Amino acid sequence: MRKYRWLWLAVAMAMVVAACGGDGGDGATTTAGDGAATTAGDGATTTAGEGGAAGDTGYEHLDRAMAGEFEGTTVDIVAQWVEGEEENFNAVLDPFREATGIDVQYEGLPDYELALQTRVDGNDAPDLAQIAQPGKMASYAADGVLVDISGWFDVDRLREEQVEGFVDLTQVDDGVYGVYYKTDVKSIVWYPVAPFEEAGYTIPTTWDEMTALSDQIIADGNGNPWCIGIESEAADGWVATDWLEDIVLRTAGVDFYNQWWKHEVPFNSPEVLAAADQMAAIWFAPDYVYGGNTAINATNIRDVANPMFDAAGPQCWFQKQASWIPEFWPGNRDVADREAWANPPGEASSFFYLPGIDPAVGNPVLGAGDMFVMFTDGDRPEVRALLEYLATPQGAQAWIEIGGFISPNTTVPTEWYTTYPNTDLVPILNNADAFGFDASDLMPAEVGAGSFWTGMVDWVAANGEGTEEIFQSIEDGWPAG
Amino acid sequence: MAEAVEARLEANRRPALSIIRDLAIAVAVIVLIWLGLRVLRSETALDALGPLAGKLVQALIGIVLGVVGIWALFVVGNSLVELLPARATTFVRPYLFVGPAIAVVSIFLVAPAIGTIIQSFTEVPEGEGPLYNYAQAFTDPALQVALRNNAIWLVLAPAGSLLIGLAFAGLVDRVKRESFAKAFIFLPLCISGAGVAVIWRFIYEWRPPGQPQIGILNAFVTALGGEPVPWLQEIPVNTLALIVAFIWIQTGFAMVILSAAIKGVPIELMEAARIDGAGELQTFLRVVMPSIRGSVITVFTLSAIAVLKVFDIVYVTTNGNFQTDVIANRMFNEMFRFRNFGFATALAVILLVAVVPIIVINVRNLRRQGIGA
Repeated sequence: MRKYRWLWLAVAMAMVVAACGGDGGDGATTTAGDGAATTAGDGATTTAGEGGAAGDTGYEHLDRAMAGEFEGTTVDIVAQWVEGEEENFNAVLDPFREATGIDVQYEGLPDYELALQTRVDGNDAPDLAQIAQPGKMASYAADGVLVDISGWFDVDRLREEQVEGFVDLTQVDDGVYGVYYKTDVKSIVWYPVAPFEEAGYTIPTTWDEMTALSDQIIADGNGNPWCIGIESEAADGWVATDWLEDIVLRTAGVDFYNQWWKHEVPFNSPEVLAAADQMAAIWFAPDYVYGGNTAINATNIRDVANPMFDAAGPQCWFQKQASWIPEFWPGNRDVADREAWANPPGEASSFFYLPGIDPAVGNPVLGAGDMFVMFTDGDRPEVRALLEYLATPQGAQAWIEIGGFISPNTTVPTEWYTTYPNTDLVPILNNADAFGFDASDLMPAEVGAGSFWTGMVDWVAANGEGTEEIFQSIEDGWPAG
Repeated sequence: MAEAVEARLEANRRPALSIIRDLAIAVAVIVLIWLGLRVLRSETALDALGPLAGKLVQALIGIVLGVVGIWALFVVGNSLVELLPARATTFVRPYLFVGPAIAVVSIFLVAPAIGTIIQSFTEVPEGEGPLYNYAQAFTDPALQVALRNNAIWLVLAPAGSLLIGLAFAGLVDRVKRESFAKAFIFLPLCISGAGVAVIWRFIYEWRPPGQPQIGILNAFVTALGGEPVPWLQEIPVNTLALIVAFIWIQTGFAMVILSAAIKGVPIELMEAARIDGAGELQTFLRVVMPSIRGSVITVFTLSAIAVLKVFDIVYVTTNGNFQTDVIANRMFNEMFRFRNFGFATALAVILLVAVVPIIVINVRNLRRQGIGA
């Protein structure tokens, strides 16, 4: 009897193995079947070439997609845009979905950078992903997970259409790994319109006028001129890096600026230290900043403007921040309906261009942007088509018209920009003498998202003391190679 | 002796029918688990149930698979092992039960640990020796601050939570509604570290003088006529402030363990001490303390390990700014923000090495108590 037990056991083992083997095989079949089902379903609901715009974009894959060639395929794309911005982005994708019959699955991920990294590390990368930091793109490219699009994408056309400098940022050696989609202008200063006009102040057009006005505000007993805060959860300090970058652009020029973030010149070059002094003359001057240096480090960027809209009148008057900041002002925060905002930008508050400093340098603009990168192999023309679509003005039109979006593509008709503040921002961008891309996004993460941030926090904590030592330590910590 | 065992096992031999039944059950269980896993893996299987019901059913399957499935696997495995020859059964069975645990620990702990150690020596810039990351770690000025802070934490945090926990454990023993009082002290332990950090961030909140202070601590300070203190910016108050938050969590843990230990002290011993004329304090120090020595060491060492790993409190409150950085926070930044795997793994290894002596103390302590061989 006992020997039969072995037999039984063997049979059981065989069945287990068979079951496991069947798992793999069945899994594959299921996937294939699902794919086919999706194709059939979508094909039934969308007629080919419904968009009617077939073959006129000038982009190869996009034209083929518009002709309905890739109907029923699926592309997944992720970005940091959630909630309202997610709706806006979907509004941009909808015409593409309708015209091509491609099922574009958009997912907005919170805690975006880490979430994307986790998916990439877990071999679960999306087809296309938004990236804000070119340095991040470069490191993904170095890891070999990104697709070099230069083989099939009309990069020359992109270079011609986009604001100068954007395509360069997507290049690593001879490869091109991204397409810029969205940009933002950081060199603006918000102020409360009604009290400002009541006090008889005028918008400064030079740096000296701006500091003179600051002195005037203090002399008038109208509180502190500047609202500044750099606390930002895990990213404390970035507001300060923006300031320094804006000043370096204005005092040393864009060529030096580009050498600076490329580390062709030391981080603590004399030009940069001079810019820091210029910055300190505002940040650490007595009475210039609401709450002084302790408040700068303690105040979250979302709370910075609270005193500007104080019921008793502005306690501080100027906030240098990009155009998205009104969302976080008191009375606007948590109010989804922009029409119901208590402090609508353009009425309660408006902005002026952060003035130039050196006339020889002119009026440069500091900005940033979001690009799309491609993770899956380019053999999937539907993915290529979507990337091409996002490079065209039409690939941004819906969002531009909703507002809150500036395209780096200069062929976008200016009349599409109908909402404030973009109506006022686009001229600043177009009239800029130079465009500097946010240097901290371009430096290696150890610096741009590390020692530069923390160095600025330390500098503020020391109320501007020890500038040379702090900048020297950032230089010393610049990663080798 | 051996023959007797043999004979007993032979007597346990069962008819073929029951063997077939066991096998059928085994196959059924495996098939059921496999089907369950398939449903869980499929993105569309439960769509027909609607979005909410589908998710609920999926969760239910997950729970059943996880709880009942594991149990069933062990039972089935056991019945299969019993089909083996008797000697083999006695030999294989312990491994059946210990094996999965060993496998899980090996795959998810031992293997990554070895990988981490290897990576810390191999992920170095070209032309640098294998010790590069470690040299960096001990020369980087920012990391010196982190190392120093970890040392401060290590001195103050376990001792603080132990002393306060001990005091509570001693006192709570006399309280009428003991469990109620204990629950309150224990409560912070039930909150996630990040949640605790958010709470204390609010407690330490600073607003410019003249503004309403929303942080309770500065509200007190200003109510008493003082200037608001930026608790999280002021060096070295900020590190101490973070340690207080940690002690707030860990005290409940210390109290529960020590309270149980105090209850274990024989009442006769206490009475004898009192009859001999020992006062409250003397009884506590000379009688209770020596009796609960083992538990004290356990609490201290476990707190010390928790301190070395401390990350969430620092990350959420100051993010390591204002000289409050700790190694674990730096490791996180190097790993996930800077992608410096070499440096991050070196930091992980340093933490691991730092924890080892504490674990050794703990294990020795457990042995002295006769737990574990």
